[in-house]
Parts: sequence; structure tokens; C-alpha cells
Amino acid sequence: MVILAGGILLTLILIALRRSHLLIFTAAEIIILAAIVAALLHLNQEPQIIGDIIVVDRFGLYYQILLLSATLVISIFSYISLERLFSDKRKEEYYVLLMLATLGSSMMVISTHFISFFVSIEVLTISLYTLISYYRERDKAIEAGLKYLVLAAMSSAFLLFGMALIYAVSGQMSFHALFAVATNYSGSSNVMLIAGAGLMIVGIGFKLALVPFHMWAPDVYEGASSPVSAFVATVSKGGVVALLLRFFTMTDLYRYQNVMLAFTVIALLSMLAGNLLALQQRNVKRLLAYSSIAHLGYLLVAFIAGKGMGVQAATFYITIYMLTILGAFGVVTILSKTDSEADGTEYYKGLFWRRPLLAALFTLFLLSLAGIPLTAGFIGKYFLLTAGLGNGQWLLAFVLVASSVIGLFYYLRLIVTMISQDEDYQKGLSPGIPSKGGLLTLMVLGILVLGLGLSPGWLIDLVRTLP
Amino acid sequence: MILAGLIILLMGCGVLAWLAGRWNNTLPRIISLFGISIQLLVVVWIWLTHQQGSVTGQWIITYTHSWIPAFGIQIKFGIDGLSLLMIALTAFLGLLSVLTSWKEIKHRVGFFHFNLLFVLAGITGVFLSLDLFLFYFSWEVMLIPMYFLISIWGNENRTYASYKFFLFTQGSGLLMFLSILGLYLIHGHNTGIFTFDYEQLLGTVMQPQTAFLLMLGFVIAFIVKLSTVPFHSWLPDAHTQAPTAGSVILAGLLLKTGAYGLIRFVLPLFPQASHQFAPVAMVLGVVSILYGAKLAFAQTDLKRLIAYISVSHMGFILLGIYAFNEMAMQGVVMQMVAHGISTGALFIIAGTLHERIQTRDLGQMGGLWAKIPKMGALGLVFVMASLGFPGLGNFVAEFLILNGSFMANQKLTIIATLGLVAATIYALRIMQKVFYGKEQKTWVIADFSIREMGIMITLVIAVVWMGLFPSAVLTVSRPSVLKVIESVADRKAQTREAQLHRQTTLEQKITMTGASLPGHHWNTNSKKAN
Repeated sequence: MVILAGGILLTLILIALRRSHLLIFTAAEIIILAAIVAALLHLNQEPQIIGDIIVVDRFGLYYQILLLSATLVISIFSYISLERLFSDKRKEEYYVLLMLATLGSSMMVISTHFISFFVSIEVLTISLYTLISYYRERDKAIEAGLKYLVLAAMSSAFLLFGMALIYAVSGQMSFHALFAVATNYSGSSNVMLIAGAGLMIVGIGFKLALVPFHMWAPDVYEGASSPVSAFVATVSKGGVVALLLRFFTMTDLYRYQNVMLAFTVIALLSMLAGNLLALQQRNVKRLLAYSSIAHLGYLLVAFIAGKGMGVQAATFYITIYMLTILGAFGVVTILSKTDSEADGTEYYKGLFWRRPLLAALFTLFLLSLAGIPLTAGFIGKYFLLTAGLGNGQWLLAFVLVASSVIGLFYYLRLIVTMISQDEDYQKGLSPGIPSKGGLLTLMVLGILVLGLGLSPGWLIDLVRTLP
Repeated sequence: MILAGLIILLMGCGVLAWLAGRWNNTLPRIISLFGISIQLLVVVWIWLTHQQGSVTGQWIITYTHSWIPAFGIQIKFGIDGLSLLMIALTAFLGLLSVLTSWKEIKHRVGFFHFNLLFVLAGITGVFLSLDLFLFYFSWEVMLIPMYFLISIWGNENRTYASYKFFLFTQGSGLLMFLSILGLYLIHGHNTGIFTFDYEQLLGTVMQPQTAFLLMLGFVIAFIVKLSTVPFHSWLPDAHTQAPTAGSVILAGLLLKTGAYGLIRFVLPLFPQASHQFAPVAMVLGVVSILYGAKLAFAQTDLKRLIAYISVSHMGFILLGIYAFNEMAMQGVVMQMVAHGISTGALFIIAGTLHERIQTRDLGQMGGLWAKIPKMGALGLVFVMASLGFPGLGNFVAEFLILNGSFMANQKLTIIATLGLVAATIYALRIMQKVFYGKEQKTWVIADFSIREMGIMITLVIAVVWMGLFPSAVLTVSRPSVLKVIESVADRKAQTREAQLHRQTTLEQKITMTGASLPGHHWNTNSKKAN
């Protein structure tokens, strides 16, 4: 944490001294790596509690490592993307923003107080406004940035109002205290508590792009550059998921039937709407956006299942999901050309025969998103289903299964496009030439996805040691 | 170890073949041939050496290795008479499909063989798995490569067919997965042991209603694979559009995984629910027999016609399985093997014809016997086989099935027998339209080459051998069949009363409110560990 924060300052100074893309990139990589190492070293130590505001425990550290690693991968993709799309200037500040956003996200996973929660979520969001519209020469980037700004600000307001309501009733803002307090109220105060929780759900639902708060996601994913889209889909959502899990377990909101009912409805809607809307997409980035909406819906199934296995399943699933979606966006990034990103399906026509390795990797990621055995996605889905069924959530499990079948359809369509044959593959637009470093990163991700699909034991054991 | 080795061998050869395909087109073929031959040799070796051991009804060989211990998932393979037969069929047809695609596949040979070998590996996994998670895993593993086989090397309408195939099988597969999880949780809740182990799950006690629902999940997956009416509509498309090797594997092996699943999993795991379901299943079977035969008669596309013959023949299998007696079940096993061989052969003939005259339209064929007498004669053999001509494998099978099911349900069996009459009509129509009659067009067409004759002669020997010496197959499968029949008959009586009463309350918890079971179990486990 401190390393990351200090590192950002250091990077700023470095930028002031010398504007060199490679230098700043290397510096950023080193800082992130150092932060990962630091987190790894602390993993087996006793939880440190700093006031009521922050707790550094295994759960938080695990998520921090996850988020930082994702940022590491994203920064590699960003380097490629910046070099290609963004010829001469303003490359360096990008990494500062990226690290700042990561800082926000990784602060979020260790917060146990409304204040730290809100501060970290704002650090994250405000960096994201800029990141999304970073390629300001492009219309869509500006549009996406603006859209995100307006909606995120509004959702923050919802979140804040919800917190205020809860505070007004209970006089408490730390999760610990709220747990003790929440039982004592009844009648009108209880209504206010529920209302506060409801408003918070809206805020959180927006950050996670859950249906019906998902409208921004496709536009933002399409408008932002692929690495930034990947960041929104992984680091930003991962942090919020961790916070949500912690918030609910610590305050035990599982007691409230109404709140859980709201989440059940949101989960059902997200799974169905995400997959159904993805069917209509021709743009790969928009497709991935809807797919990620559906995946967060799946994740809620485990989240609703509750403490113990539900939390483990959710943590496991978000790990797998991050791996896979990073890979998918990585492929999009790598195929991008200097003037445009490879987001139309026509770029992928016959890819299997032109770039077999890349296409095989993309197929692997898509199959993992679809949850097909041999890939990590299947094990993740299995974990979710077991958690859901273990809690008697037959409806959710059933919808999960049904919507996965719908989901299969569009993943398959993309795969079919990639293997389409001789006659028509010359017609496909030729994508950019993949860079070696990016390809290597993708291969690492691919091996992880495949490896976790075959022997997920170690990760499951690790996840189960988290409280 | 040898069982896991079989699968690793196939997968390894698959990867090798893909890599080899970058340099040379022949190398992948040789590698695949080599891999499958070894599998066949191993199977023959097991057959010859271990036959005595199988009489006791135990597994001939088992192999257990832990995989994901946290969930009670293990790699557990076992082989008994039934699996042995199925694996033998897999290796045999696998070998032939490599040979038959020797000239047919000219593009992306490496990737083709990679997919082919992975399908075979998946099928082998399905026939060997004794862990339900592993079973489902293998079940899905065979889908993706099959999907690729159809959608890359298929005929004109391949994309549609491959989608349909994939969505049907995947969707139904997921239902089965839900059932597997349900079974896993119920068993875990009853005994405190969370495991996917087939043998441990066998005695799971549950409420009749729950059992019925769980069974339905399995049954739907299996009868979709078995292409029973009304879930048959993927089959004609997939079979017609697939390349020859794909059709052979689809008809010869993939359909059998459905039947195998019913025999191995559904009946022993849900004996009572199966009894409840039997009348429905038998009706579905009879409907499939007649409807398949009727549609087969109406087809003008040769491959489609053969595909509907499969629908009809699979109806016999369903009828036989749910007759719950030894004779019918033995007939089913026989039918699985015989149908694999005879339909495989018919598809090879259709494929070779298609390769030579570029059409499958029956209207454009006719009078071909004069030009290609060898193909005609061999065609006649297999057409006779599939209409149930005495002396060939299918006759024995259908005779046994009908005989057995007559004891179980007379009315339905009498109707089913009409299927045999219909079979004669559609089968003879193939001969009439393709080989006899007036020549519609003047085709320039070559007869079977030596390689193709080799393939066909092996198939002829197999089908005649099965027809004349059915006991060779039946003795191998008998112990497993008896075991299944016993489990269905036994449990029917005893499970109902004593055990169920005790468990009812526990049961309700899981189905209704569902306490957080696995987490609970782990906590106790970790306490023990501490």
C-alpha cells in the first residue's frame, strides 16, 4: 500500500525529470511488483487492525495481490496499446492514473469503515474518469468518459446518501459497530436502515454494472481503450466485490430478507439480461461488456449463498473471471492496429488460420468464460453451483445453468468466426501484428486458465484459508 | 494406471498430431493410427487376460488418484465387461475413422486428428469414469472437438448443424450436472462424506420425489444423446453435415454414451425412480422406433436416411433398458456394439459415395451396382444387417431386446415389432435407390480401393462374427448386466420402507431450506486436522 502510494509520487517526479515511455513503464512495473512482493510477505502474518478504518488480513491481502497482478498485466497491455494508438505525447501520466486507480481499489479491499470505503471508491472512480477518456482524440472516448462521469457521480451520491441514512439511525460507520447495532432497531428506524441499505445497493450495483444499473458498461467498454476496459472489468469490479463480501459478512446483512431478495432479483436479471443482450452484439468489446455483466450475476449466486462456502466460491470465481477476461481483452489489444482497435468481428474472420496461437488462446479464454471443462471457468462455475445448491438456491442455480447455455451461443459464434474457412477469410480485415511481450503474457494467462482447469486444488485450498 | 494411460495416450497423440501437421500431412495420420492401435491392443490384452476375473462382477481393473480432494473429487477409472466392450468398440471405430478419412481430409490435417483423438479420449473417459465429476468432465470434453469436427470439416450446412449439436448436448449436459451436484449434496448431507465416487453414491437414500427429479436431469442428458424422440432433431443435421469420420464416431460411439449412461448411472443410482419412469421411457422408445423408421423412409438424402435409422435403432435400446431383465439388457449391449458397426459401415459407404459423386441425393443415384459392384455387395451386407437379417449382429440384438421387453410390456413390444417391418422397407429402399433401378445420371465413379476394402472387410467380419457367435460378446457383458439388473430389482423392495423413514427429516432440510452443508462439513474436517 505504502509502496504503491509512494511509488505514484516517485513516478510523478520521474515524469517531471524525463519523459520516456519505456522508463516510466519500467518504473511502474517495478513499483507494482514491489507492492505484490510486500503483500505476499505479509500474507501469513496476523491481521493488523488500524483503527476501525482498515484491517489488513489474509482476505484483504489476497485480493490486493490479485488486483495488483491484474494491474501488472494491464500495464503491459497498456504499453502495447499506447505505443500503437498514441503516437507521440502524453503516454507517461497514464501509468500514474493507472496506479492511482489501483491504489483506490486495493484500499477498498481492506476498508472496514464507511469513510475508508467511500474515499477509496472515489480515488478509484476519479482516476477512471480520466483513464476512460484518455485517448481524447477519439469521439467515443470522450463520450464514454462523460457518461461514466455523470453516472458514477450519481451513484456515489446514492452511496453516500445510503451511508448517511444508516449513520443517522445508528450513529455508527464502522462495519464492526454496525453489526452490533443493526439488531436493536425496529419500526421506523428499521425502515430507514433498510432504505439506506437499498440506496447502497444501487450505488454498488452501479459500480459492478449489475442489471438494472448496467447501462453505462457497454458504452464505456467500447469507448475506452481495451486495457482500460479490462481494468474496469477486473480491478475496479474485483475491489468492489471484495468490499461487498466483507461488508455483508461483517455486518451480517444476510439477516435481512429484503436485502437478500433485492440481490436475488438483481442476480437473476443480470444473468439473463447480460446474456440475452450479448447475443445481439457484433462488437467484441461490447460483447465482453455484456458477458461481464452476466458473470457478475453468476458471482452473486455465490454471494447470496452466504458466509463460508459462498464467500470462498465468490473469491475463487472472481479470480478465475479476472484471469479470463484479462486474457480476452489482451487478445483484443494485441490485435489492434495503429488507427483502430480490433473490436469488430470482421477482424477475427479466419484468425485460426492466420494466427493459430493467438486464436487458440482466444478460444481458450472464450471457452473458459462459457464455463467448458478443461478450462478454469468450468471449475469456477462448479464452485458457484455447489455453493448455491448447498444453500438451497435452486432457482438461481437453474437460471445460472439456463443463461450459460444462452451465453454459449455468442461465445461459439465468435469461435465460429475465427475458424471460418478459406473462401471467406481473405475478406476479413487484417488485424495488427502481435507483439512478442504481449503474446508471452497471454500465454502465461492461457497456461493459468488451462492449468487451473486441470488441477485447481491449490487455488481452492488457498481460497479456503481466507477467513 | 493403464486406464489413465489410455486417455493420456490419446490426448498426447492428439497434441503430437497437431504439431506434426505443421510439417507434413501424412505424419498426423500415422501418429493417430499408432495411438489408437495401441489402445486397441491394450483392450484386446485386457479382454484375453482378465476375462475370468470379470465373472465375479467386480471391476477388472481400477485406478484411483486424488484430484481435488477439497470437494471429494478424484480420478477414478474402472473397467468391467460393459466398459470393456465399449472401449473395444471405441478403439475399433476410432481406427477405422482415421483410415476412412485418410484421403477425405486434405486441409488442416493436423488439427483434424487432434480433434479426432480428443473426441476419442473423451469417449474413453466417459466409458471408464467411476467418479461422477470426472464423468461429467469427460462428457463435456468430447463435445468441443466434435463441434470443431463438424464445423470445420463438415458439409455445406455445417455451421447450423454444429450449433444445434452443441447447444442440445451442452444444455442437457448442464441439467445432468445440476443433478450430479444435487446427488452429491444429498449424499454428503446424509453421511457427512462429500464425494463424487460412484460406488459410494450408489446407496444414497432420498425421498422418491427428489430422486425422480434428480433422475430426470440424468435421463434428459442421456436421451438427448441417444436422440430419442422428441429430442432427436439435432442428430440428422449433425450426422449429415459431419465429415465421414465424424458421422462414424457420432453414430457409432457418441450415441452409445447415452445408452451407457442410462445403464451405468441412472438405473443403479435411481432404481426406484427408474421403475416409475419405465413406462414413459418405453413409450418414448417405441415412438422413436416407429417415428425414426417413418422419417427414414421419407428422406431423399442418403446420410439423413441413415441418421434416422439410428434414431429408430436407439429406440430399441431405450425399450430394452427399461424392460429391466437380463435378456433385454444383453440385447441392448449387443445392439450398442452391432449398431455401432453396421451404421458406421453405412456411413462410410455414404461418405465414400459422396466423396466420389459429390451428392447425397438419392434421386440422382441409381443403377450404380454395375459400376461399383464391390461397394454394392458390401452395401447389401450392411443394409441387411440394419434391417435385422438373421446371422448378423443386429438380428441377435433386436431379437433379444424384443424377447426381453415382451416379458415386461406386451402391448408396447407388439407395436415395436412393427419397427422391424418398417426397417425392411427403408433399408431395401437404400439398395433400390442407390444400387439398383435405372441410372439417373452417368457417373464416372471408382469402386472401393484396397484401403477401403480393408476397412469394409474388417467390418463385415465383425458383424458376421457377432451374428454367429454372439456369446463371445454376451459372456463379457453378462456380469455387469446382471449387476445392474440386480441393483434395480433389489432396491425396489427394500429401499422404500426402513431406510427412508429415518432419513426423511434430514432430507427435507436440504431440499427445502438447505443448510450450509459443505461449509459445515469442512469446518468439522479442519477441526479434525488441527
